[in-house]
Amino acid sequence: MSNEQIKNLEEIFEARIARDEKIEAKDWMPEKYRKTHIRQISQHAHSEIVGMLPEGNWISRAPSLRRKAALLAKVQDEAGHGLYLYSACETLGISREELYQQLHSGKAKYSSIFNYPTLTWADMGAIGWLVDGAAIINQVPLCNTSFGPYARAMVRVCKEESFHQRQGFEIMLKLCNGSKEQKDMAQDALNRWWWPSLMMLGPTDAESVHTEQSMKWKLKRKSNDDLRQQFIDQTVPQADILGLTIPDPDLKFNKQTGSYDFGAINWDEFWQVVKGHGPCNKQRISARVAAWDNGAWVRDAAMAHAAKKEELKVKIAI
Amino acid sequence: MDNNWPLWEIFVRSKNGLEHRHFGSLHAADEDMALENARDVYTRRNEGVSIWVVKSSDITASNPENNGELFEPAQDKVYRHPTFYKLPDEIKHM
Repeated sequence: MSNEQIKNLEEIFEARIARDEKIEAKDWMPEKYRKTHIRQISQHAHSEIVGMLPEGNWISRAPSLRRKAALLAKVQDEAGHGLYLYSACETLGISREELYQQLHSGKAKYSSIFNYPTLTWADMGAIGWLVDGAAIINQVPLCNTSFGPYARAMVRVCKEESFHQRQGFEIMLKLCNGSKEQKDMAQDALNRWWWPSLMMLGPTDAESVHTEQSMKWKLKRKSNDDLRQQFIDQTVPQADILGLTIPDPDLKFNKQTGSYDFGAINWDEFWQVVKGHGPCNKQRISARVAAWDNGAWVRDAAMAHAAKKEELKVKIAI
Repeated sequence: MDNNWPLWEIFVRSKNGLEHRHFGSLHAADEDMALENARDVYTRRNEGVSIWVVKSSDITASNPENNGELFEPAQDKVYRHPTFYKLPDEIKHM
């Protein structure tokens, strides 16, 4: 195809998105659109998969059967979300094997928040309340994104996500209404998860390299800073209900803007974690790779079993 | 031997009276495992009463590049729609 023809196709393509038409997997798309979507959807899928690890640690340590059932269901949802997203990503012409390869080799990123440790049971509360809360703010606009398979996967994800946040808040509420030690534990979890949750919404607009293009493709509806402000404004009153203190001395309601002003975010820490130097980066990836490698014989056995069954079918037919 | 599990397309009937609808896809070694995995991946909250699984490689799909010749001819056949036919006003329902 000549450059002229490609330019033409690109214009038609951009116009379709501007008209709110959906793009489906077999439609013509610019190479950059395909690559950007593979990157974002796979990063999202990897985050769901790695996101199970910090919580999995607490399933066998949950304080009651009720909490255990809820946490198990949440972790199972995350596996499901990872699978919806991987299959949406595969429609763009990349194989599952390649996607796993990118995660295991460190080539692909996942949400940096999962590189923090989960030290106490209260962390299960804080993760549900804050991390899933921030994730919902990020994800809801994606239900309307331009790429059909991604948008459909996100509709399912969002439907299931609100239970995750509620069960987290309930854990926090129970601890906050408990003994002094329990309330301290909740405050400690908030202290540790607050700032990473704010970072989770992405670098400031000035530093965010993909924003403009992503807005055009409806991969993004609001800027990172707007999403962060929305998260803070919605979460501070919830902390008040819990009777917990947000660990930010500069946090103050601004009557003029109707929003909360907040203190400076430590972006050095964010970039350190993104680059692989967070407290648990190595642990997370090695746990994931070990699970994959140790499961190889099971996958092989299942394929051998399938082949044997197929053979038997053919024999009976003859 | 290529030991990657093949891809399956999953169709779910959400309740009797409705058709099976495409829900998504997943990898599984064979059709039995595809059904079991589909149950766990796509019907964790009572989304279905029946599941079909079809190997993705068994599906033949039309190519969007041919959409013109496939679907445009229907556009100028307005006489296939009831509104094409003029009736006297006295006739209220037909």
